Amino acid sequence: MTKLDSRIPEGPIAEKWTRHKNSINVVNPANKRLIDVIVVGTGLAGGSASASLAEMGYNVKAFCFQDSPRRAHSIAAQGGINAAKNYQNDGDSTYRLFYDTVKGGDYRSREANVYRLAEVSANIIDQCVAQGVPFARDYGGLLDNRSFGGVLVSRTFYAKGQTGQQLLLGAYSAMSRQIGKGKIKMYNRHEMLDVVKVDGKARGIIARDLVTGAIERHSAHAVVICSGGYGNVFFLSTNAMGSNVTAAWKIHKKGAYFANPCYTQIHPTCIPRSGDHQSKLTLMSESLRNDGRIWVPKKIEDVKAIREGKLKPTQLKEEDRDYYLERRYPAFGNLVPRDVASRAAKERCDEGFGVNNTGEAVYLDFASSFMRYGKEKAMVEGIENASPEKIRELGEGVIEAKYGNLFQMYEKIVDENPYKTPMMIYPAVHYTMGGVWVDYNLMTTIPGCYCLGEANFSDHGANRLGASALMQGLADGYFVLPYTIGDQLAHDIRTGPISTDLPEFIEAEKSVKDGLSKLINNKGTHSVDYFHKRLGKVMWDKVGMARDEKGLKEAIAEIQQIRTEFWADVRIPGGLNEMNPELEKAGRVADFLELGELFAKDALERNESCGGHFREESKTEDGEALRNDKDFAYVAAWEYTGEPKDAVLHKEELEFKDIELKQRSYK
Amino acid sequence: MDLTLKIWRQKNKEDKGAMQSYPIKGVSPDMSFLEMMDLLNNELIEKGDDPVAFDHDCREGICGSCSLYINGEAHGPDRLVTTCQLHMRKFKDGETIHIEPWRANAFPVIKDLVVDRSSFDRVMNAGGFVSVNTSGNTQDANAIPIAKDDADKAFDAATCIGCGACVATCKNASAMLFVSAKVSQLALLPQGKVEAQRRALHMVEQMDHEGFGNCTNTGACEVECPKGISLENIARMNREYLSATITSES
Repeated sequence: MTKLDSRIPEGPIAEKWTRHKNSINVVNPANKRLIDVIVVGTGLAGGSASASLAEMGYNVKAFCFQDSPRRAHSIAAQGGINAAKNYQNDGDSTYRLFYDTVKGGDYRSREANVYRLAEVSANIIDQCVAQGVPFARDYGGLLDNRSFGGVLVSRTFYAKGQTGQQLLLGAYSAMSRQIGKGKIKMYNRHEMLDVVKVDGKARGIIARDLVTGAIERHSAHAVVICSGGYGNVFFLSTNAMGSNVTAAWKIHKKGAYFANPCYTQIHPTCIPRSGDHQSKLTLMSESLRNDGRIWVPKKIEDVKAIREGKLKPTQLKEEDRDYYLERRYPAFGNLVPRDVASRAAKERCDEGFGVNNTGEAVYLDFASSFMRYGKEKAMVEGIENASPEKIRELGEGVIEAKYGNLFQMYEKIVDENPYKTPMMIYPAVHYTMGGVWVDYNLMTTIPGCYCLGEANFSDHGANRLGASALMQGLADGYFVLPYTIGDQLAHDIRTGPISTDLPEFIEAEKSVKDGLSKLINNKGTHSVDYFHKRLGKVMWDKVGMARDEKGLKEAIAEIQQIRTEFWADVRIPGGLNEMNPELEKAGRVADFLELGELFAKDALERNESCGGHFREESKTEDGEALRNDKDFAYVAAWEYTGEPKDAVLHKEELEFKDIELKQRSYK
Repeated sequence: MDLTLKIWRQKNKEDKGAMQSYPIKGVSPDMSFLEMMDLLNNELIEKGDDPVAFDHDCREGICGSCSLYINGEAHGPDRLVTTCQLHMRKFKDGETIHIEPWRANAFPVIKDLVVDRSSFDRVMNAGGFVSVNTSGNTQDANAIPIAKDDADKAFDAATCIGCGACVATCKNASAMLFVSAKVSQLALLPQGKVEAQRRALHMVEQMDHEGFGNCTNTGACEVECPKGISLENIARMNREYLSATITSES
């Protein structure tokens, strides 16, 4: 059995990364040309890693299931990217960003990794500007910043509500340059279906060409997985339709430990579900909570009248509204962290106070901001004795300038004008902090196999702060992996090309083909979505925002049952040797059906509340989350042994030398 | 809502393809267009028929995957939205809806409504970047102030999602709006200015090589663009291209 070695360098925290870079093996430029690296996924992590590795001289083969690397779901990130630049002169520093991230993660992340993330964050902004990323600027021509939840400084760089898009297109541009030079060979519309190990090392992958259906063998000296998060295990999430766990799960089944699968971020401000036809959920940026107040009616009869359309929310008097976040958390109010806001919304809706037909929606009301901003604007413009209507109109203009694109998106989807009636929101699965376990070099427990970005577990602990996902993806890909990968590859300068005719490749290809044949020849009665929706319902009801032992045990049994039925009764039309989107989905859902069980098992084992993970058994007298550092200050890394239920737990104990452990409080 | 869908079906690249008619019942006005397609596909699967293939991914209007030509318009009748954000409330009960793939020589059909847009990637590979390595030693991001107006214009051009609606809409299947958006974004910024001429030359050369048509200033691309990319970008690219052909040594 492998012992978990996180390979954290010695020395003071601020010197670890520099010391590490100075002490690890380096591959000389001439030898880099002799080494091949496979990168799976082309989001911020995969795109930036591919580009950087190719620039350094390695031969890169990059894979994505989309029709172009530019479409990876990093593109949908709205708010921004954090960096400890201290351009606003508000006392920001590497240490402060490090501290905020560890605290925000509820003390369940690895200090050394987080410090390194904070340390390289400033370089990311320099790099992106040099690439032509058009960040927002002020009239002096310098970069602008905004503030985000859970922190006391303005360190978030942004490009309107499309920061993820701009950063991803920057990485895609850098990739394009290397593709043009032939240093990256790009495989669009290809899906990795297994990793190939030779003598214990990752030496290649088996991939399916999604256009022809051909199964291909690809070899390399190292394999880098950057395949994103697994939020779609819930069926409905803010992830893209194709986002999946398959690449990460396949390496898990070949020996990579999977860490903290139960850490999931449920984002409080998403557009509610409108009915059973819904295929995905849409996020509204967290920044809206700066100006919106969240409420539901106090009286259940008002809820009924609103649902029946007899009463409009704007008609409800102030004293009949329950601003429950302001009531429960007077100090932070509507700006409590994501996990707290989400659970509070669920609590109200479970009590029957949800304001739409599904019973799963609360109001996000901008009325008081319209008036507050309107008064200010009237003063600035010298309008005396402005009428309330005029003030509101002015205020709406201010809000439009800040969040216009979000308000427009809301109106397109819900068909209600959010300037005239309060928005409706509800929490939705958004991001997974858990993922493949990696050491300080970002290497998994399979030698030569690396994992970056959302797909790994490393930096966010049990809860991620806003605008930190983009930072981590680019840090891993631009500034960490390109150095750390040399430590392992230095042993491969004389290896020469890896043959794809080795028995390990033949065997892996056969098992992939057998699995696909089994699916296509099943000829059952139900579509893949039928099973995926059932899995999603179990996950949401019993492994969602609040979990208890009874529900988790039931969930494990139910997921096992759905998995059995899936393999007996799924129906996939079409053939193997053609473009077949249903076959692609089936493979992904088959993996979700295994991951879902491990997820529930991990949540059951972690009998404490921390970050996005809330156990009913572990709370304070007034119902707040209660962390248990004595028993659970560790990373739960699971080893695959055949079935999810038999997964073996390995603990990486977390040491906090530079930050004192404290219970979070937002009262 | 009950609707009749007339959908382009084509087994593969070589197949000739044809429109086929599908009645569909019980469509909710709150569904997105693609959720309506999901409904149809689930019915087809349960009946044992082949579902309709179409590209889609983020379903929030930003990835640029979805690409349907609906009732003769790229991304359908609504403005400034992609197909995934188009909702069924824009259609009437009993309506017949025609659904086709993008049509352009440079975008061959792969299957049904799915087309191959890798020509866009190849145009990008020819010059859609700033030649800078990730050394970790680039100069400070605030070392060169950039006028806010330029930064904002660059951003507006950079919001192109590469969906190909401009090409599908253009009677010449020209890619000028797409290419000019990238040329403009980088030409407007000091970091990209250095190689602006080379970029314009190389990207235009590749664009022509891929078989995209010429621009005749019809302006349909701007109307149908889900991100509102402006024709001004084409004018800016023409300037860059012209000055490059006059002054460039290569």
